[in-house]
Amino acid sequence: MKDFAQLIKKLDSTNKTNEKVAALTEYFQNANDADKLWTIAILSHRRPKRPVNTTLLRLWATEISGIPLWLFEESYHIVGDLAETIALVLPTSEEHSEKSLSQFVSEIIELRTLPEEEKKKYLHDNWLALNYFERFVFNKILTGSFRIGVSQKLMTRALSKATGIDEDILAYKLMGDWTPEKTTYKKLILEQNEEDYLSKPYPFYLAYAVEDNFQEDLGPITDWSFEHKWDGIRSQVIIRNDEVFVWSRGEELVTDKYPEFQNFLKVIPNGTVIDGEILPFGENEIGNFNALQTRIGRKNISKALLKKTPVILNTYDLLEWQGEDIRQKPFSERRNILDAMIQKINSEEIGLYLSETMGFETWEEAAAERNLSREKRSEGLMLKRKDSPYLVGRKKGDWWKWKIDPFTIDAVLTYAMRGHGRRANLYTDYTFALWDEGELVTFAKAYSGLTDAEFRQVDAWIKRNTLERFGPVRSVTPHHVFEIAFEGIAESSRHKSGIATRFPRILRWRKDKPIEEANTLSDLKALIPK
Amino acid sequence: MNPPLLAFNDKGIYCEKADVYIDAWRPVDKCIVTHGHADHSRWGHKQYITHYNNVPIIRHRLGEISVTGKNWNETFSINGVKFSLHPAGHIMASSQVRVEYKGEVWVFTGDFKTEDDGLAEIYEPVKCHTFITECTFGLPAFKWEPQADVFRDINEWWATNKSEGRTSILFGYSLGKAQRLLKHLDTSIGKIYTHGAVENMTDVVRANYNLPETTLITRDTSKEEIKGNIIVAPPSAHGSTWIRRFVPYVTASASGWMTFRGARRRRAIDRGFVLSDHADWEGLLSAIEATGCEKVIATHGYTDIFARYLREELSYDARTEKTQYEEENAEIDKKIENED
Repeated sequence: MKDFAQLIKKLDSTNKTNEKVAALTEYFQNANDADKLWTIAILSHRRPKRPVNTTLLRLWATEISGIPLWLFEESYHIVGDLAETIALVLPTSEEHSEKSLSQFVSEIIELRTLPEEEKKKYLHDNWLALNYFERFVFNKILTGSFRIGVSQKLMTRALSKATGIDEDILAYKLMGDWTPEKTTYKKLILEQNEEDYLSKPYPFYLAYAVEDNFQEDLGPITDWSFEHKWDGIRSQVIIRNDEVFVWSRGEELVTDKYPEFQNFLKVIPNGTVIDGEILPFGENEIGNFNALQTRIGRKNISKALLKKTPVILNTYDLLEWQGEDIRQKPFSERRNILDAMIQKINSEEIGLYLSETMGFETWEEAAAERNLSREKRSEGLMLKRKDSPYLVGRKKGDWWKWKIDPFTIDAVLTYAMRGHGRRANLYTDYTFALWDEGELVTFAKAYSGLTDAEFRQVDAWIKRNTLERFGPVRSVTPHHVFEIAFEGIAESSRHKSGIATRFPRILRWRKDKPIEEANTLSDLKALIPK
Repeated sequence: MNPPLLAFNDKGIYCEKADVYIDAWRPVDKCIVTHGHADHSRWGHKQYITHYNNVPIIRHRLGEISVTGKNWNETFSINGVKFSLHPAGHIMASSQVRVEYKGEVWVFTGDFKTEDDGLAEIYEPVKCHTFITECTFGLPAFKWEPQADVFRDINEWWATNKSEGRTSILFGYSLGKAQRLLKHLDTSIGKIYTHGAVENMTDVVRANYNLPETTLITRDTSKEEIKGNIIVAPPSAHGSTWIRRFVPYVTASASGWMTFRGARRRRAIDRGFVLSDHADWEGLLSAIEATGCEKVIATHGYTDIFARYLREELSYDARTEKTQYEEENAEIDKKIENED
């Protein structure tokens, strides 16, 4: 644990990517295999299941600290991180633990099965036997959400440096639903094992948004293939060995949530991997993204739900064909194979469609198509270079997204809540309202879009203009107007305003506008596509 | 009923009987000032009363003001009310103010810390009936390590940076924290360089306090000369163009707020040392106990939480009052930037 805690401390005390990679590389060169495997797992968000619920963690931490529970809760609101709060309020200790990371993790896994009294004793003993930072790391493993500014990409780079294995190959090996309990470092990282690859997806290729005046930099427009950017769940569907696997972009295996995709087995040969978008598709047209939320959230997909919210796969690309990785072939070639395959099948019956590719002679024509996006329920256009390979991760150059401008509306700040992580103790999570018959009605929450300096200004203002406090939330004097941008809008019975907006965020602080000039709820309703 | 000995109005803490304010935030005729930080010693009063050693400090900040200096424990009466100043341990020359009238004693702490920092006059517990206290760090999450341990870490950090050929830049506000840092830096590692704001203030306090040699960074100071040495600068210098000329460098901040990982990450500082000039949770509680008081008034910091704890867990008659001493000091960043 000492070494792992040291690593986390080092990663946490620098903002420089090179230093983070260096610290990780050094760790991977020196740690034992079991610790390495768990480190990879934890940094790719594969932590052991939580052995103790957080209510008990809080309770026991306050018992040892001798503080009342309400004081712990208040401290937690301010610190903004449970693991950190517990580590801070416990009595100070200077101890180091000689137990290794993997030893701790196996104890934590075992802990889950023990009776409550033994859990309590285990935590008590270990909390007091660790110094502050080790205790913090221990708590992080217990509670999950290990966010310390290390992306999977950064970790993969370090692992590549330590092992000499190519980064893209490592990224591939690290995908999927492996767990440290069922594999070993050797097996996962070092060995080639065909069986393990059965369900493995390829890393997704992601596009950046186009930059200003991008048209000038892209060369002849005829080098580019255009598609609509569909608004659903980006997914990879794998058909191997008479089985279907569905992966979401968050590397989650979601096969069970889309039973209708079992149909694909009828028409798609083994050894095929498709990149596409899961879309809600009632009455033979693309539905609103909100409809999909009901499918994403459910563990059990009932027949009624399947009927109410059917989905299809709109296909973008072909990554594997006849058992062969074809990602290096040009996009146009991959698409030719995909098009031929999909055109042969009955899309309506199977629920498998082609995302149509388009070519344009001029940027004006392309822009005209982009203007139809909202009508077609897309988020804008995708630009793909016809000769581009399928790359790994977010890369500039060959693929671009050219999204439509978001909807915007001017709203009044009415409530604020403290943020978490690097925004702990700052009021950065805001609720916005619109006018409705002289009253302000809440319509959205947003917590991004301002600069750090602006957040500090708003934070200071909130603290001086609080009306009421409800735990971590404060109501504030209606005074400030913000321009809120959002991607989509739909009617919703779950929201007080009757409207749900998609990905609302702050566009601008309208210091020039008095609250009387903020928009009304009917202005918002007028934006709903007919 | 008599008015309370000290009351809170829109100008500051007011003793009506003596017609005198303490740490007023709006211009008044007569004001007792606890220490030199801007939120406690404001501009515009007709007459200032403060500790002798604080006179040059507030003159440096406020110019030619009318100010009377007092010694520690020196009693002075105004209209029958007895006042005296007692060390608060917050920064050099920082005082608590004791106020007594007809046997009733109130103490206002200004800002204070209980640990001896080797520079500020050591905090003196003063018996009283009503204790008006700050509680900037009034949460159990705040626990300071002994200063010797923190400075060992700081000096090790400096030595490591030097061995890697990098310059160390340490941020601390220019009055108080900067001198405390200077005092305990290990000059066998290298030379101490200063930002102008730190150098000016240090010059002012050298008259009364013994501090190591520092070198002001000027336009002519070369990058090679500074390399591997340490620079003490105010937090506002972070991210400025001034700092870029010292590449390669490593930054650190020394503040109680560095307890929170979020605070350090937000400010994009490489290293955070938890070192505060305010009392921590235990410091606050032990100070209150030592006064033997019955009533506590919390003025700035996590006042609501702290007062509730005192009431519910320790049975004090505790309440809060609004002041303008860095209203809700939770504003970490502003606090760090503005305290000088």
